[in-house]
Amino acid sequence: MTDTFDKGNAAFIARRYGSERRFKAYGAAALAVSVLFLVYLIVDIGIKAWPSFFEHRAVLEVNLDASKIPANDVLKGDFEGVVRAGLRDLFPGLTARADVRSLTSLLSAGAGDDLRQQIAANPVLIGSTVRATALLGDDADLYLKGMLTTTLRSAGTTTLQLAQTGEEFILTGDLSQLAAGQIVRANGGALRIASVETGLAQAEAILPPTTLNTLTPGTWDILSFSHAEADRRIDDRQVVLLEALRDKGVIEKHFAWRFFTSGDSREPELAGLRGAIFGSLLTLIMTLSLSVPLGIAAAVYLEEFAAKNKWTELIEVNINNLAAVPSIIFGLLGLAVFINFFGLPRSAPLVGGLVLALLVLPTIIIASRAALKAVPPSIKEAALGVGASHQQAVFHHVLPLAVPGILTGTILGVARALGETAPLLMIGMVAFIVDVPKGFTEAATVLPVQIFLWSDLPEVAFQSRTAAAIIVLLVILFCLNAVAIYMRKRFERRW
Amino acid sequence: MTAWTLLIIAALTAIGFFVGQARAQGLRNAGTASLHSLPAYHGLLMASMALAVAGITTLIVALVAGSDSMLMPAAAALLGTGAIAASHRLITRDFRARNRFEYFVKLVLIACSAVAVLTTVGIVFSVLFETLAFFSEISPIEFLFGTHWSPTSTPPSFGLIPLLVGTLLITLIAIVVAGPLGLLSAIYMAEYSSRSMRGVLKPMLEILAGVPTVVLGFFAALTVAPLVRNTGESLGLSVASESALAAGLVMGMMIVPLISSLSDDIINAVPQALRDGSYAMGATKSETIKRVVLPAALPGIVSAFMLAISRAIGETMIVVMAAGLAANLSFNPLAAVTTITVQIATLLVGDQEFDSAKTLSAFALGFVLFCFTLVLNYIALRIVQRYREQYD
Repeated sequence: MTDTFDKGNAAFIARRYGSERRFKAYGAAALAVSVLFLVYLIVDIGIKAWPSFFEHRAVLEVNLDASKIPANDVLKGDFEGVVRAGLRDLFPGLTARADVRSLTSLLSAGAGDDLRQQIAANPVLIGSTVRATALLGDDADLYLKGMLTTTLRSAGTTTLQLAQTGEEFILTGDLSQLAAGQIVRANGGALRIASVETGLAQAEAILPPTTLNTLTPGTWDILSFSHAEADRRIDDRQVVLLEALRDKGVIEKHFAWRFFTSGDSREPELAGLRGAIFGSLLTLIMTLSLSVPLGIAAAVYLEEFAAKNKWTELIEVNINNLAAVPSIIFGLLGLAVFINFFGLPRSAPLVGGLVLALLVLPTIIIASRAALKAVPPSIKEAALGVGASHQQAVFHHVLPLAVPGILTGTILGVARALGETAPLLMIGMVAFIVDVPKGFTEAATVLPVQIFLWSDLPEVAFQSRTAAAIIVLLVILFCLNAVAIYMRKRFERRW
Repeated sequence: MTAWTLLIIAALTAIGFFVGQARAQGLRNAGTASLHSLPAYHGLLMASMALAVAGITTLIVALVAGSDSMLMPAAAALLGTGAIAASHRLITRDFRARNRFEYFVKLVLIACSAVAVLTTVGIVFSVLFETLAFFSEISPIEFLFGTHWSPTSTPPSFGLIPLLVGTLLITLIAIVVAGPLGLLSAIYMAEYSSRSMRGVLKPMLEILAGVPTVVLGFFAALTVAPLVRNTGESLGLSVASESALAAGLVMGMMIVPLISSLSDDIINAVPQALRDGSYAMGATKSETIKRVVLPAALPGIVSAFMLAISRAIGETMIVVMAAGLAANLSFNPLAAVTTITVQIATLLVGDQEFDSAKTLSAFALGFVLFCFTLVLNYIALRIVQRYREQYD
């Protein structure tokens, strides 16, 4: 061998090893992309969802005026009015209609709901003054969560003179802290700076100040915003009132149990998943009670009893094909057969369950067959050997041993059914449902459809609600999958 | 009435079981020779007779007289009791109750496995009838070769081509994303990764596969689409806010687990002897994979891709939420296009009258979709079957 050959050989080998390393790196990179996508997806939705799990409430002293609440029918009482009056009492100086409307617009349309329940449970309180919590509206809630604008509060450190000319206010003195668009809060009012020129700043009143006293350091402060008034869903007057409420210490932040205990609503802060969760539950009960017995029976027949002939082959090809038919086609089937031909009610868990049962049937059959196949033939042969009939051997000995595998497959089928949306859109499960469905033939909606419906709504607050609903759905699915994996590990038997 | 009838049927079934069992037990206690079948089998047979007779009676009455009729529970009760009385006489010492019962069970099992066939038949017929009704209004030529789709305009036009192009464009993007990613992931997991790493990576991909498509649609519409749009605009391109690219990218990520898990199985099924032979000739691992394993696994990988394509064509929620509604005949991945599934969903959601061409066109689209996926699935399954036989 010559030197040149060795050198050439070394370079050749180096090139081949380089190519080997690159190829391996490509594979690792491909996996990394998938994993990163999954992480990004979950983190992104989680961040969007997080604010929706909390809500802001105002704690108010309210006077339960007996004239507003009929003692014989407490639930019909004007609790919204009571709560609004309670909120107004916090600002006795606020008299202008527009200001009062701004203040009450901070409350949710369902602000009286908590109080209504409290009083319905304890009607003797009517006529007295109680502490009540009132839910804030979605815009106020979003503002307090910092999702509409970032508000910067800085204390006033200079001395300013205040003067009024007609509607306008003039600030003079050391104006170094001021800029247009900011809000100066002083003397019991709030002024928006319209312009700052040399030596004087013009301002308009958002809430008129009660006096025109000179502003000394420490008696006033400035609110400045990352978003101008026109670019946010809450106006300056509402912001000033909210900040005043916050200063009074009446605003509390709580975990939003309401999100799980209330039905759908047009108001984002009131909308909850209760109806959708119960709808999903009813639909799943329907799906399971049909697909599990059918699927297991079909699997037992095909795996244990069926002769190898054209009919069996047809069934097998069918099952494999059905497993790959797009889910929306099952929706068309449900619409044409169950709703139009059999006249079953639209939007009902009954029809949804039927369609989903047909959808997951192939999954369950395939998983059950695999589980049956995994039971060693010696078990069956032993049973046959001691005189059991073929069916006795299968039902008494093979099937019980296959149950863990069948259950795992069933859980995965349930997870698929729980996340399925498209076929349910076809059979009209897109109705706006506030109440929990009372039966299998009542109109209902399910979790994924609820997600789809909310994602279509224009309100910003609903975006976050949608993400939160997704998190709830994903948590349920992960739990189901975890159970399936646990069962597989726990009951897996190596023969 | 339905609830009452079901209750009566359940009660008759239970009564049948106990009557049959008691009679057989009585024979066993009285007689000297043993019974052919255990008393429980006599009970089960009588119960299944009662169930079958009462059930079939109910169905017939319900079809004839409607499910609200008082006749339904009455007939079920009468004939069910009759069945019990009639079969009561049958129970003797030599009566082969077990064999009869097992025959009944077998019939039930066959009926259950026929549901899969019935589903396919149901799909074909429900879609076919509406499609034929649609074609009686709109000519198939116009439907298949028309280049304009606007079912709500007056006069409506039903040209499939723009939808087909949109569907194929998004599918193509998805496959371009998912093909290399899925295949390389599968190769890495099958050939390079350690056991423990595989134990982490495989569940990760399974989780990705289990993410509901409505979630991916939300992500595509709210996160990926703005991202694509901003990136495109910073490069000086005009990107539609519902671009095909965004929907295609997310759909690609959706089918990565499908391609990787199918390819993984197929690569693992390539016999070790082929690899060993290649190593013995001095090939490196990547050379073995590229020149020996992949060619051997090619038919299986092709079928995995076909299943993935069929999945992408039939996917609904991602495109409903992230792709456009207007049917543009465009091959530009940055433009908004619509797909067959989007049109089916938008045509059928909400109120609909069943005789309008607009509603029927959704079924015609469904028929096209079903044919597409059926052909793809069938070919893919055949390839897999043929391929598996090679090494077994």
